[in-house]
Amino acid sequence: MTELPLIGEAVAVAANPRLAGAKIGVVTFPGTLDDRDAARAVRLAGGTAVELWHGDTELGDVDAVVIPGGFSYGDYLRAGAIARFAPLMSRIIDAANSDARLPVLGICNGFQILTESHLLPGSMIKNDHLKFLCRDQVLRVENNTTAWTLDYQAGQEITIPLKNQDGQYIADEKTLDALEAEGRVVFRYVGFNPNGSRRDIAGISNAAGNVVGLMPHPEHATEQGFGPESLDGIGGSDTDGLGFFTSVLTKIVGGDK
Amino acid sequence: MPRIVVDVMPKPEILDPQGKAIVGALPRLGFTSFSSVRQGKRFELTVDGEVTEAILAQARDAAETLLSNPVIEDVVNVEVVEA
Repeated sequence: MTELPLIGEAVAVAANPRLAGAKIGVVTFPGTLDDRDAARAVRLAGGTAVELWHGDTELGDVDAVVIPGGFSYGDYLRAGAIARFAPLMSRIIDAANSDARLPVLGICNGFQILTESHLLPGSMIKNDHLKFLCRDQVLRVENNTTAWTLDYQAGQEITIPLKNQDGQYIADEKTLDALEAEGRVVFRYVGFNPNGSRRDIAGISNAAGNVVGLMPHPEHATEQGFGPESLDGIGGSDTDGLGFFTSVLTKIVGGDK
Repeated sequence: MPRIVVDVMPKPEILDPQGKAIVGALPRLGFTSFSSVRQGKRFELTVDGEVTEAILAQARDAAETLLSNPVIEDVVNVEVVEA
């Protein structure tokens, strides 16, 4: 993927030849916005980003997949509803459910696509206050055993950007109870619930922990000088989101936690 | 040409933020008789030719798989409307 020239080269924070061999696919749908940032985050974490197109019928040899944010198909019908039936999504759903348990991360619209795909339970509806909201958001990492959260401490608080209109996570009480009991609430909003999500849920995983979805954007907090801290100084660090990508790379190359 | 109309509504137990905003706006315009509004979707599927049972079944299937999300919505009506 080509980079914006006004931003410097994406240099891996800790260059590691083993990690560079790990290939993370980043899917682009019509209307995807954050695919470049997601690919850049993969490279910053030391991995190799592979461009994937929604119309592809083969997944290739990628070791994990990021479904980035944006407005696939203009959010027509429901956010993520049309993208869910893209040819590549069938491959991703099969690979995520296979014995190989392909790690999949859905960010924002990607999370919406994963719920529409039934890879994750529940759904997102319009924010309770009805407005598009963009802010730096504090999250608590409730589960650091998923493929995408291994590099965080349990209970660690991170600050990453949040920007959406349909961000209110809902599910029936039985599903919510099951998610809590099984430790599948991976992230919770801290201090302020920005959209009315049930039980302050910001992100969840499937039972196996290889599929994770969340509304806030870790890929926008992976580079010194471009993250939440430098913008408004509310604390945290510019690079709180980098752990998502280092986690999955470490998992792929078989490193121990 | 006949059309198949599909109506989709948010599930009753799910708070409908859009409906809530609309019910708030109504009294400001003097429409004071309405205590609640729920906003749904209407789809019109045009059929070239006669609507057979098989085509109607296909419409019902499409309504459940693509036109609605069963987690948050109910298909409340599927009917044929002659042009």
